[in-house]
Amino acid sequence: MINKIRELFSSFMLLELVKGMALTGRYFFARKITVQFPEERTPMSPRFRGLHALRRYPNGEERCIACKLCEAVCPALAITIESEQREDNTRRTTRYDIDLTKCIFCGFCEESCPVDSIVETRIFDYHGEKRGDLLYTKPMLLAVGDKYEAQIAADRATDAKYR
Amino acid sequence: MLNIEIDGKVVEVEHGSTIIDAADQLGIAIPRFCYHKKLSVAANCRMCLVQVEKFNKPLPACATPVADGMKIFTRSKAAVEAQQSVMEFLLINHPLDCPICDQGGECDLQDIAMAYGAPASRYTEEKRVVINKNIGPLVATDMTRCIQCTRCVRFLKEVGGMMELGLINRGEHAEITAYVDKSVDSELSGNIIDLCPVGALTSKPFRYTARSWELVRRPSIAPHDGLGSQIEVHIKDGKVLRVLPREKETINECWLSDRDRFSYEGLNSPDRLKVPMIKHHGEWHETDWKTALEFAGGHLKEIVGTHGSDELGVLISPNSTMEEAHLATKFAHGLGSDNVDYRLRHTDFRHDGKRLGVIWMGCNIPDVQEMDRILVIGSNLRNEHPLLAQRIRRAVANGAELSVVNPLDDDPLIPIKHKAICSPNDMVNVLSQILKAVSGMERLSLCLPKSLSDLLEGVRVWDNSQAIALSLTGHGETMDLISPRSAVFLGNISQHHPRYTEIFSLAEAISSLCGATFGVLSAGANSVGANLVGAMPKAGGLNARTMLESPRKAYVLVNVEPELDCHNAALAKQAIEQAECVVALTAYKSEALEDATVLLPITPFTETSGTFMSMEGRVQSFTAVTKPLGEARPGWKVLRVLGNVAGLHGFEFDSSEEVKDEIFGGEKPSAVVWRTLNNNLRELIDVEIKVKLDSDLQRVGEIPQFQSDAIVRRSPPLQKTKQVTKAVLAGIHPEQLTKLGINEGEKILVKQGTGSAILEAKADIHVPHGCVRIPGAIAATASLGDLLGEIYIERIPATAPQEEVSA
Repeated sequence: MINKIRELFSSFMLLELVKGMALTGRYFFARKITVQFPEERTPMSPRFRGLHALRRYPNGEERCIACKLCEAVCPALAITIESEQREDNTRRTTRYDIDLTKCIFCGFCEESCPVDSIVETRIFDYHGEKRGDLLYTKPMLLAVGDKYEAQIAADRATDAKYR
Repeated sequence: MLNIEIDGKVVEVEHGSTIIDAADQLGIAIPRFCYHKKLSVAANCRMCLVQVEKFNKPLPACATPVADGMKIFTRSKAAVEAQQSVMEFLLINHPLDCPICDQGGECDLQDIAMAYGAPASRYTEEKRVVINKNIGPLVATDMTRCIQCTRCVRFLKEVGGMMELGLINRGEHAEITAYVDKSVDSELSGNIIDLCPVGALTSKPFRYTARSWELVRRPSIAPHDGLGSQIEVHIKDGKVLRVLPREKETINECWLSDRDRFSYEGLNSPDRLKVPMIKHHGEWHETDWKTALEFAGGHLKEIVGTHGSDELGVLISPNSTMEEAHLATKFAHGLGSDNVDYRLRHTDFRHDGKRLGVIWMGCNIPDVQEMDRILVIGSNLRNEHPLLAQRIRRAVANGAELSVVNPLDDDPLIPIKHKAICSPNDMVNVLSQILKAVSGMERLSLCLPKSLSDLLEGVRVWDNSQAIALSLTGHGETMDLISPRSAVFLGNISQHHPRYTEIFSLAEAISSLCGATFGVLSAGANSVGANLVGAMPKAGGLNARTMLESPRKAYVLVNVEPELDCHNAALAKQAIEQAECVVALTAYKSEALEDATVLLPITPFTETSGTFMSMEGRVQSFTAVTKPLGEARPGWKVLRVLGNVAGLHGFEFDSSEEVKDEIFGGEKPSAVVWRTLNNNLRELIDVEIKVKLDSDLQRVGEIPQFQSDAIVRRSPPLQKTKQVTKAVLAGIHPEQLTKLGINEGEKILVKQGTGSAILEAKADIHVPHGCVRIPGAIAATASLGDLLGEIYIERIPATAPQEEVSA
């Protein structure tokens, strides 16, 4: 009986509405958390797993030695490597393709790499206009590496003590 | 038998076996590096240490013979500790660069370190570095990775016959090395790649191209010699990347010859013919299959129609499959021609029609190593049958006596008891001496047929022939055997000999007199099979020799490069040149086929299904391991459609199995083989002892190992070996050189029939008097004639031009 009276009272007084409006009002005046992408960006972990890159040593020599561990570990079979003996008798890739349409960004390739050559960068906002655009070849991956080397190296350095 | 216990499991083993044998029998894994079941025990890696009850130190399982009641623990605390310590020692100097090592993924050290090693390393000091060696174009070395198990050293010494690698220095300075500036030239050298438990010895052609886990493994049969070795072809993306042996104790054991192992590089040669081609007004045009087949079939039919079916000749390579040989034969018969032959390098066909069956090896391959006396006639064993030579080597090591009758004194790396080195023409003479000596033995009171005993009347037996005969019958110096197991084998030089039939009948007579096995070590992978399907003229048809001597108007060549695969290069070239129509089924474009009319691309053994019959009569079918390259098609399919196009009956096959069924009449192959193999002759061939040659000199034209067929000739790593890259020389005995007034190194003009070539003279003590060693099957001698024919040599006047003259 008392509950009935209470219900009737609150309906007449529009108490729910007032509560809801109060919440709205609180957020209306609170600090906004919406990020205005792409002008604004959220902070990212140095372990972020985005677009892949192939790195070089400071002397310009590519790091990859065609051990094919990343190709073997890749659960999506996104990596294709062909290798040869280069003229200076070192073991090198002639082809290093990552099909980003297959990649699931698990980071296993980076983890398996014995020379820190294949890495996943912080870049996630890349696109392709045709299907084939997302098949990244060795020169493309090396170009990504060359462009973002400072950031990549800094991230690895930050994370080094946890590895 | 002894009862022992390993890890609580009781097992009964033979006297004298080792702990590792017993454990293998039980299926208990004991890690090992230096131990190999086919090699002697070295016990130097110490990885197989196990704990044995009542011994306070761990013992090496590979070198400890079992005793009755022994209790062995392979996973006890002491054993595990010993294994971990050994592994730690092994890894001290082993570089941890598995990612760039070609052995990575198939490395014994990697696997055993994971299974038996300690989880982490305590070693922080410097590692040693060993200077790398270059041991030839087949085996790549990374000597820093070596763990000194000495498997390679023992293999080359015990199986290969020559210690081409050795271990020098000791302790940390120990290293495996070849002789100074020497490469490893053994014809079995590839096996050390398989044997090496680490990445110190790897395959050079395969280097850095793929990982073991990427490769698809498919079984096949080696197509280069009559042994029929079982191989495993490794493929990535439809391309053959390497060939490894499949273990088959009764054929190739766990070995493979270099020719079988590295020939695959020729499969991906740029010479491969990818589309059918027709020659029109002297120029080659690519075309489609329909046009090419109709053109070929129509042309052949037209020539047969206008000039008679006798004008068609069909030459089949002895390396073609049984199906190809059968269909090519059927095609010829269908067009009414009996001119079919696969014996391309033979010159003597007098026993055609007189054989009782298919010529074969006379025994099974493992029997060879059980023999007590072996006589090999006219063979360069290491070149022709590397793995059979290895079996003979083992037989000799076990006490057998090997005798040879050969025109070349090359070292087979087997201790030879008695030898008769003579000119090819004298081989018949020597054999008749041996026959006389054998028939003169008192114990052998068998009567020879009159024709033979008359013949032997005037023969004077020389000492070495007598010695060979004594050895063969067990009457030798030691005279330790009453009834030795003996064998007489004819090699390639005998088969290519212009008096093959005489050699054959004498050898047969010798072997039947002393109860020996008699066999022919056939050259091609399918010589016996081609013989079985009857790819030979039956009644009055022309054989491989006469087909070229009296040129035909039309030829069908199956897998043949006429200048290089036939007995007489110059004759083959002329015959093909003058023919109106030459239909060549071939896997490769080549200069040798420049004069053909139609080129039909067929596939090599990796891309076709088929059957090879080895020289011991083993019928082995195989399937294609990869897709045909370009428009090329399996040979049996091309021949089948060619038969259809020519309107012949009985060419309605849908698979190579159907062709095989037709060959064997639906019976089990072994039943047919059992019925047909027979080395006996229906009647004796007339043997003439004294044949005088016109020339003072006779050519000894052996086929170099790495030139034997089209695939091998196109394999770059094999063509880079020392055997091939050394200059083509005319080898003459030094005394003969002096007699002829020729200096060593001088260019001489070599004439044979209408052809001639200029070669450098070389003093060669392995060549008997009256002989010149000039190899066949190579471009430099393709203008010369018979492999074992008469030859004339002239000095070149100093002013004469120094280029090749050809008549």
